[in-house]
Amino acid sequence: MKMQRTIIALALAGCVGMLALPVNAQEHEHETPTPPKLRWSFSGPFGKYDPAQLQRGFKIYKEVCASCHSIQMLAFRNLADPGGPGFSEAQAAAVASEYKIKDLDEKGEPTERPGRPADNFPPPFPNELAAKAANGGVAPPDMSTLAKARTYERGFPWFVFDTITQYQEQGPDYIAALMKGYEEAPKGFQLPPGGHYNKYFPGHNIAMPPPLQDGQVTFDDGAPQTLDQYSKDISAFMMWAAEPHMLARKRIGLQVMIFLIVFAGLMYFTKKKVWHEVEKPTEIGHGQDPKKTTV
Amino acid sequence: MSGHSTYKPQSKFLQWLERRLPIGGLIHSSFVVYPVPRNLNYLWTFGGILAFMLGVQIVTGIVLAMHYTPHVDFAFKSVEIIMRDVNYGWLLRYLHANGASMFFLAVYIHMFRGIYYGSYKEPREVLWILGVIIYLLMMATGFMGYVLVWGQMSFWAATVITNLFSAIPGVGDTIVTWLWGGYAVGNPTLNRFYSLHYLLPFVIAGVVVLHIWALHVAGQNNPTGIEPKSEKDTVAFTPYATIKDAFFLAAFLILYAWFVFYIPNFLGHADNYIPANPAVTPTHIVPEWYYLPFYAILRAIPDKLMGVIALGASILILAFLPWLDTSRVRSARYRPLFKQFFWLFVVVCVGLGWLGSKPPEGIYVILARVFTIYYFAFFLVILPLLGIFEKTKPEPNSISDSVLGAKA
Repeated sequence: MKMQRTIIALALAGCVGMLALPVNAQEHEHETPTPPKLRWSFSGPFGKYDPAQLQRGFKIYKEVCASCHSIQMLAFRNLADPGGPGFSEAQAAAVASEYKIKDLDEKGEPTERPGRPADNFPPPFPNELAAKAANGGVAPPDMSTLAKARTYERGFPWFVFDTITQYQEQGPDYIAALMKGYEEAPKGFQLPPGGHYNKYFPGHNIAMPPPLQDGQVTFDDGAPQTLDQYSKDISAFMMWAAEPHMLARKRIGLQVMIFLIVFAGLMYFTKKKVWHEVEKPTEIGHGQDPKKTTV
Repeated sequence: MSGHSTYKPQSKFLQWLERRLPIGGLIHSSFVVYPVPRNLNYLWTFGGILAFMLGVQIVTGIVLAMHYTPHVDFAFKSVEIIMRDVNYGWLLRYLHANGASMFFLAVYIHMFRGIYYGSYKEPREVLWILGVIIYLLMMATGFMGYVLVWGQMSFWAATVITNLFSAIPGVGDTIVTWLWGGYAVGNPTLNRFYSLHYLLPFVIAGVVVLHIWALHVAGQNNPTGIEPKSEKDTVAFTPYATIKDAFFLAAFLILYAWFVFYIPNFLGHADNYIPANPAVTPTHIVPEWYYLPFYAILRAIPDKLMGVIALGASILILAFLPWLDTSRVRSARYRPLFKQFFWLFVVVCVGLGWLGSKPPEGIYVILARVFTIYYFAFFLVILPLLGIFEKTKPEPNSISDSVLGAKA
């Protein structure tokens, strides 16, 4: 009876879902494809960032993205943080010293000094208006949290399965796809001046010109110098920048899970023991030894 | 709070204290010897889970408040500093954000359980109404907490929700300006939301005390819906209810930890990692998942004022439930028709939640209207009529009869 009702309820929910499908299909004339699901070293409960990949991603950021995109929440010292790109503290300090930081001297006059590990990455433009003016009226977004701020619609029932599979790499999947999603605008698509056609971008008209091409950035670890590799490496770097403590989170998570499962198990058997005499009162009533009865 | 106390303090100090402030006796009679029906199922552990979650939210919230800056220029940044530079700040924030979701999940199970087993019926009407008040306070607190992040969704949710008051004829716009402390959602709004977000949880804690007090006066309902008649029908709160609550709380924490440590942003919205920008409106403004059914009801009605009234009515109607349900029988176990309408009601509520996350167009609007009609019909038509026309099944003589079989 109970089972039946559950089935009816599920069937009802299913019907509702089916009704919704055709609406989705008609919504957009120029369909936005779903970004392909890539394999990430940091996915799943045991996922870790690949330091080599983060270092390559950082190189791409520094040589390409940084000319327009700020990453202001990130400090140079973070480059040497555990669970990150794995630079040494000396390397992080060396990177910092390449940057000029705006500061005040002893007389209170504006000055520029070399960066220190404690400094955050300085933005490429002095303010948002300057960023807008230099980029055709659209300020390039800050990249600190961008990998968590971008996603695509998973839809029913996939979003339900995602709670089990722990799939939460929509951000990096989308960014990697976007890097490779530039193509000629299809016939009949009105592309405004200064716009670029990208099949993964919502609305397809993106202000950012194709940022990466094959061979643009040199890697010294033998990784392929292709757009495909670049798109993955920059996405991984951005994911780390957005979620720098992921390694600690998943490590502590495993410990918490093991503790809670053992603890809940112990509580369950304690509960069974305590309730034994309540749930099996007849044996006690008949003068039997409750210890010899089974639950 | 109820039941005569058999408490005999052992130590000299507790004896001394008991003559001056009988707090030991109060705890003893409320949480040790307090009789609970022996047939409670695990759905009855959610009261304890909710009390625990309120504690988690208050403790994590107080520490987060030590690091948060309620200013439009620094709020988003201070949250990111908590995530990056505060020791275990990421853990505190994910515990707090997902804790709100778990709090609402538990409260929905708690409420549906109350409806299924008729826990709001005489003499538990006040207990139920206090629960509705707690739920209203939770909604206000959760909404304002979401705004504090000051991401795009925070800002635009605040704009949309406060704008609802502008539908009130005549004084609407004045009220909205007063709520905002200006002519748009801005720094004064953020500041007052922060103040109230800190205050309201303690108001909730106060009403929770009243809720538990009322519970301990009327006694707990149980799956049969009939009152305990003899000592055979009940067990002592400690150890029986305590250990059962503790086990299921531990099991619930596994679910909570799964979200916190493995999918901490699943229940959030990606747009809220973009700093608030009054100049850019997100494509779809959606509230947190726990408000979605009410959001669907709001948008199902074409007229703004009527939509706002329906939204308010859909929550306030819960307070009248004890009088809308005319049936003498409490538990759905012995109400075959009510049981079916109840499960349909659950499906409708979940369906409204799903529709609330969809854009208000085409088939979604039609479905939302159908579901909204059922939502109100359940309370205003089905429940009053069922009490008159439903042929209920015979109830057992006592709780122990139902547990042990009538032969005992």
